[in-house]
Amino acid sequence: MTSIAPGTTATATGAAVELEAVVKSFGTHRALNAIDLTIKPGEFVALLGPSGCGKTTALRALSGLELVDSGRIVIDGVDVAAVPTNKRDIGMVFQSYSLFPHMTAIENVEFGLRMRKVAAGERRGRAAEALDMVGLAAFAERFSHQLSGGQQQRVALARALVTRPRVLLLDEPLSALDAKVRVQLRDEIRRIQTELGITTVFVTHDQEEALAVADRVAVMRDGAIEQIGTPEELYATPRTPFVADFVGLSNRIPADLIDGRVVAHGVGMELLGEPMDDGPVTAYIRPEDVALASEGIRATVVTSSFLGSLRRTQVALSDESLVSIQHDVDVRPQLGDVVFLRLKGAAVSAVRRTT
Amino acid sequence: MSAARRLGAEPSRITRGLILGVVGAVFAIPIIAMIQFTFRNGLGGDNTLDHWTGLVGEDAARTYRGLLQAVGNSVVLAIVTVGIVLVLLLPTMILVHLQFPKLRRVLEFICIVPITVPAIVLVVGLAPVYGIVVRVFGSGAWTLAFAYGITVLPYAYRAIQSNLDAVPVVTLSEAARSLGAGWPTVLRLVLLPNLRRGVLAASFISVAVVLGEFTIASLLNRNNLQTALLQVSQSDPYAAVIFALLALTVVFGLLLLIGRLGAPRNRRTE
Repeated sequence: MTSIAPGTTATATGAAVELEAVVKSFGTHRALNAIDLTIKPGEFVALLGPSGCGKTTALRALSGLELVDSGRIVIDGVDVAAVPTNKRDIGMVFQSYSLFPHMTAIENVEFGLRMRKVAAGERRGRAAEALDMVGLAAFAERFSHQLSGGQQQRVALARALVTRPRVLLLDEPLSALDAKVRVQLRDEIRRIQTELGITTVFVTHDQEEALAVADRVAVMRDGAIEQIGTPEELYATPRTPFVADFVGLSNRIPADLIDGRVVAHGVGMELLGEPMDDGPVTAYIRPEDVALASEGIRATVVTSSFLGSLRRTQVALSDESLVSIQHDVDVRPQLGDVVFLRLKGAAVSAVRRTT
Repeated sequence: MSAARRLGAEPSRITRGLILGVVGAVFAIPIIAMIQFTFRNGLGGDNTLDHWTGLVGEDAARTYRGLLQAVGNSVVLAIVTVGIVLVLLLPTMILVHLQFPKLRRVLEFICIVPITVPAIVLVVGLAPVYGIVVRVFGSGAWTLAFAYGITVLPYAYRAIQSNLDAVPVVTLSEAARSLGAGWPTVLRLVLLPNLRRGVLAASFISVAVVLGEFTIASLLNRNNLQTALLQVSQSDPYAAVIFALLALTVVFGLLLLIGRLGAPRNRRTE
């Protein structure tokens, strides 16, 4: 497997991408609700959200496979909203295997170069180089049905990259693969993207995947971006309960907002996001922000799971709310054990609670 | 309960052989009878090659000139009918599949309807239409292809649709477009090679239907293979059966070709 030398098949820098007030409706359903997104050249942005949140529609709008109702899609300063897909100079990898079944792996990779009328000799060389980049040089003459799912997606990646597109769009390319291959290919995509410096938009519903590979993650909900930021920002300072709930695990603990601070079980915590009026709230507290202690909040162990490097235990509080905590694997609470919890007091997001 | 008796289990070898034997007999017995008939020497009971050898030579060419012309007409009709299927039906089906999936049921209904209409009823409806067709295109036998284009619709539709359903046409065309291909290129380089089996099946089934069609041609006073065979049979039943056997052989050959040519390149090269 080789890396791509700059100036041979590598794009020097990726393109800047902007979505400005993009609206797309399907009948009465508004899939994209005046969405704004700015992506810097060479940046890897993940669109993360539950099914139906509009992430795939946003990607397809960017690719031109869906024409938008209004708004601007700007690539390198040029509005391409009305430009057909085949003129946008993008590379795309699809969720389902999309290799042309009647062509070999290398013919698939050559396809985009054929469309750009690259001479046959150069075409073959560049395609071979791209296959080598994804570690499939030895599989060049194989047809798609002779390749595993992971290999097919690698070929699709090579096919999307060989034309040196301005933007690489990945539409849940790992979702059809088994867990181990998914992690391998995910890391490989990130490695290649970093090497090529190509602007990349990656759609996924898997928060672990998004946090692992992206420079920034845009969490989407109901056709809008709920929050965008680095994986660390999203995890540590979720601005809304939805983000806190969707990105990583969160415990929903009844609390009160007093003088702008969230107070739960006598522990005061900074409120993240928009300020709210004082009153009862539900606080979203990360499992790692709750610790087992010798005294504190009394709870009963419900389940305890071994997760490799740590153990996750779920306990029930006196008000019957369930709380997950992460702790050392050496501590092995048993079902029904009475334990005590301590809130570490990290900043939390919260939502108004109706009593 | 034993595996062999389980509902949905694979039938035993004997059952398979029996089914194959019965189905084979249904096809083979009439064909064997036809072959045997062509060697029969009148009512005498003995056999002769005279009926076959009589089809070769200058006399035969004169005698069967009408039949040969009818064969030519049928070939032209088959080509034009296949052309109609490929130029009108195939692009329409692809377009509906890709861009207007909601119209699929409507298209299916339109395409299946002709199978429910008896040929004689179709002719009654087509007769006044052909009055106009004759004025515009003349009275050439090839104009029957317009009617045959309708009669082959159900078969051609089914053949193409099953192939469309088996191939991820939408994903493949989107992938090709994202790589810079325009629609004509998508059709030529991506879709047609993957729809080859369906297209060939539709074409050959259309040829088979056209070569076997009698009612419409006869009632619209056109000369094709089947109407000519009927005429020949009235003067020389042996020659008519021999030509029918030859036509059958050609159609069988065409259908066998589907399996060969229709297999995608990736399977054939394995």
